[in-house]
Amino acid sequence: MTTVQETLPAPRTVGLLLRRPRATTGLWSWLTTVDHKKIGILYGGTALVFFVIAGVEGLLIRLQLAGPNGTVLTAAQYNTMFTMHGTTMVFLVGMPLAVAFGNYFIPLMIGARDVAFPRLNMFGYWVFLLGGLFLYSSFFLGGAPDGGWFGYTPLTSTPLNQGFLPGRGPDFWAVGLIMLGIGSVTSAINFIVTILNLRAPGMTLMRMPLFVWMMLVVAFLTAFAMPPVTAALLMIIFDRNFGTLFFNAAAGGDPLLYQHLFWLFGHPEVYILILPGMGIVSEILPVFSRKPLFGYAVVVFSGIAIGFLGWGVWAHHMFATGLGPVAVSAFGLATMLIAVPTGVKIFNWLGTVWGGSLRLQTPMLFALGFIAMFTLGGLSGVTHSIVPADTQQTDTYYVVAHFHYVLFGGLVFAIFGGLYYWWPKVFGRMLDERLGKLNFWLMLIGFNLTFFPMHILGLQGMPRRTYRYAEGMGWDDLNLLVTLGSFVIAASVATFLVNVALSTRRGAAAGPDPWDGRTLEWSTSSPPPEYNFAAIPRVGARDDFWHRKYTEDAQGRLVPLPAGGADAATATAGSPPGSGHAVGDGHGDGHGIHMPSPSYFPLVMALGLPILGYAAVFKNPWLAIPGLVVLLYGMYAWAIEPATAED
Amino acid sequence: MSTAKHRRRLAVPALAVGAGLLLAACSGNENGQNSLTPRGPAARDIDTLFRLVAGVAAVIGIAVLVATVVVAVRYRQRRDRPDAPRQVHGNTPLEIGWTVVPALILAVLAVPTVRTIFTLAEEPPASERLDVVAVGKQWWWEFQYPRQPRFGIDRRIVTSTELHIPAGVPVNVRMISDNVIHSFWVPELNGKKDVMPGRRNRLTIEADRPGTYLGQCAEYCGLAHADMRFRVIASRPDAFRAWAAGQQRGPNRPWRGEVQQLTAQKYQCVNCHVFDDSSKVALAPNLTHLATRTTFAGGTYALRRADLVRWILDAPSMVPMQSKDCRKPPPATCVGMPSYVRNTPKGQPVMTRRDAEVIADYLLAGR
Repeated sequence: MTTVQETLPAPRTVGLLLRRPRATTGLWSWLTTVDHKKIGILYGGTALVFFVIAGVEGLLIRLQLAGPNGTVLTAAQYNTMFTMHGTTMVFLVGMPLAVAFGNYFIPLMIGARDVAFPRLNMFGYWVFLLGGLFLYSSFFLGGAPDGGWFGYTPLTSTPLNQGFLPGRGPDFWAVGLIMLGIGSVTSAINFIVTILNLRAPGMTLMRMPLFVWMMLVVAFLTAFAMPPVTAALLMIIFDRNFGTLFFNAAAGGDPLLYQHLFWLFGHPEVYILILPGMGIVSEILPVFSRKPLFGYAVVVFSGIAIGFLGWGVWAHHMFATGLGPVAVSAFGLATMLIAVPTGVKIFNWLGTVWGGSLRLQTPMLFALGFIAMFTLGGLSGVTHSIVPADTQQTDTYYVVAHFHYVLFGGLVFAIFGGLYYWWPKVFGRMLDERLGKLNFWLMLIGFNLTFFPMHILGLQGMPRRTYRYAEGMGWDDLNLLVTLGSFVIAASVATFLVNVALSTRRGAAAGPDPWDGRTLEWSTSSPPPEYNFAAIPRVGARDDFWHRKYTEDAQGRLVPLPAGGADAATATAGSPPGSGHAVGDGHGDGHGIHMPSPSYFPLVMALGLPILGYAAVFKNPWLAIPGLVVLLYGMYAWAIEPATAED
Repeated sequence: MSTAKHRRRLAVPALAVGAGLLLAACSGNENGQNSLTPRGPAARDIDTLFRLVAGVAAVIGIAVLVATVVVAVRYRQRRDRPDAPRQVHGNTPLEIGWTVVPALILAVLAVPTVRTIFTLAEEPPASERLDVVAVGKQWWWEFQYPRQPRFGIDRRIVTSTELHIPAGVPVNVRMISDNVIHSFWVPELNGKKDVMPGRRNRLTIEADRPGTYLGQCAEYCGLAHADMRFRVIASRPDAFRAWAAGQQRGPNRPWRGEVQQLTAQKYQCVNCHVFDDSSKVALAPNLTHLATRTTFAGGTYALRRADLVRWILDAPSMVPMQSKDCRKPPPATCVGMPSYVRNTPKGQPVMTRRDAEVIADYLLAGR
């Protein structure tokens, strides 16, 4: 055995060309890490940068529309701005922010030390980052996307020389989205396997925190929603560049096919974006009400129901396309149906808060704001299910108002709630409470100023995606109000960034459990050690950590347990390394817990994708060669590199 | 406590009334493009249904808003209260209740919804309706009237940007596009319907009374989508017949002499436009009876001489156009009107202001 290893000296290292990275701090550690927490921070930080970029695009849109016949942007620039604002917010902000929270907290909440596939996790992040940079490189390389975030054919699929859309925008858009889809699917599969396989002993499915449940549903939705849109995008690329005629009606193709494929992705995508927000809110409300989630099982199953029903409503984006009265009736009724599980969630959240002892701190304010604003978005959504009404509302500012109430009033409020809630856990320092409240109130006011008047504008006939509107339409005052509101939102986001900067310098130390939390992530230190838990916790109940601290008396009232009175087997979870008994492997590694080792190859493999992307956009086969070489080298080296380094 | 409860009981209806007033206020915008001020049967059906649903939604929305605020204030942590709330894990009858009740409300709303869907889908009988064809172009609308002697239309009429209809008569709008997807939308007369290449969509519009109703392309169709507007001009049936008769006459100033030389030879306008036959379809708007229209350039400009001269000289400075490729030989497609002072189309001279004025004066004189 020993001789074999000496005569065949480490074949793995020879084949790799790159040595196993060793850095645990500094830039290289971030480039090669496979730690789910660091990857979570990378996802979150990158997505917040894109959030600011897409926010600036939104502000430019609003400056252009502040008055009639705006001249801040040209028509071409405006079309690029609304295309990139939507594309960025959906693919580079909403989805990755959910993945950021999922990455960081799913393992912590289920009592695991990492995700199931740590290197695949890192690969997903690099694909996301490089896909985003690829999309934005289009601004410098022949035209940014300008076909709308939905990219309807034949506008986007018609070959360049026919002049429907000048520039290479649709090519960059389609290729970039396919790349981002690869990243999303890898992280979705990673989450599914992690949640199903790596739960701590005793963490049954019905003891999982709601956020983990919702991320499980989201992961399934992502894994199944990406294939149809990828097919549609490939068809666009082939129609545009290689002479196929999928969407060319004159040659027997059908533009409507694209809309079916896109919305078969696009509607589940809405739930991919909002369900994580619902999960976050379902974590915050019980903690800050000091009560368990009202009707846990119902909230879980309504989330699953939303996930299933979400597949049967895609055509409600197409009520004006002439599908016929039977089809639109069916999709209209299905859309109404989806309001039922959504309403159930809202009522259960109110039931959670009802009778509690509410700590109205920043995370709680955002969670309550979420309930109110998301409800309004849900209700305007019901008016879309009324098909005849939708034929007036679709493609107007009423729809813009509706989905911003869902995605901003819903998702963004939940994300900010989650940021304030979990920031102390991730960085070990509190965010300032006064600035946090300012952040919240500015956002609530700015959000409503920006998006409520859009309902009225849309009903009064103002269409979407128009770079200017005429004088004398009676839309001037409301549009000015909307623009002012958008800058209040900008001030709110700036407040958050200031809060972050101040917290980094002089934020109060958080301690392991600043909010008196309920779930396992609060049982370990802030920030958690690389291995999360010195000993894998044994879970005896839903909200296990809470039950180590509190019990109920005969009337169901909350009674604190005396300190140290918790179950001895779980009490060691948050204790310093070495003192607890590590479950499982016992390699000597300082703290006695063997974690997956860092690797270069997820980054190397991901680097191949944008090179291939440029090859596709510029139809340059010579670029495909280096792209394939890098991709295949990364894939090969990754495959033969062991997950954990030999010591 | 009891006064607080009393106040709360008043809050919901008060706010519902407020929401109703808000909707009423929105209806006050008489811009000709307001879905809340229906001026025809289809739009009115939609509006009635929308107001019903919006009312129900407003009451629920306001109730949830008020509940959220009330709960947040009432149950906030206070020093004079023990910080140990009762640990309620759920309440099955309550949860069944708030699953079933919304489902029932929706079931009730579904009935008029489905009924209205089928009502609106009905095609008016051929003997009662006027047929028109709306053609979506990048970025203007062409309207064709097939031969219909009943309405005094004895030969096809081709016009653009302004759709004339008789008031009180259902109009069957058939839609075609040979380029990208557009959407035909006149909010005060009906909801929108997409104009799709390869598909035969249709929509019924009817105006109760004579008037002008604004329309707009509602599906993003490229660069100047915002400027793809139109208007429906409803008039009394006799006035409509008079308009149709006028459209079928040839130009009352013959297209000859200098203007023909300028438009046919010098600047080759005839590659895309028609000047002397209102029954002809061309790549660009049929200009035979331009002078009878009130707007031009996709409905973005009122038809005034100064603007028309400017347009003939340099249209892309008024509405964005993709006309750079006009200089290249086919198959490069020139989308929209080219500029005749910058990047003139291949082989054509820079246009003088005087020539543009001659063309404009001809167009404005011909009734």
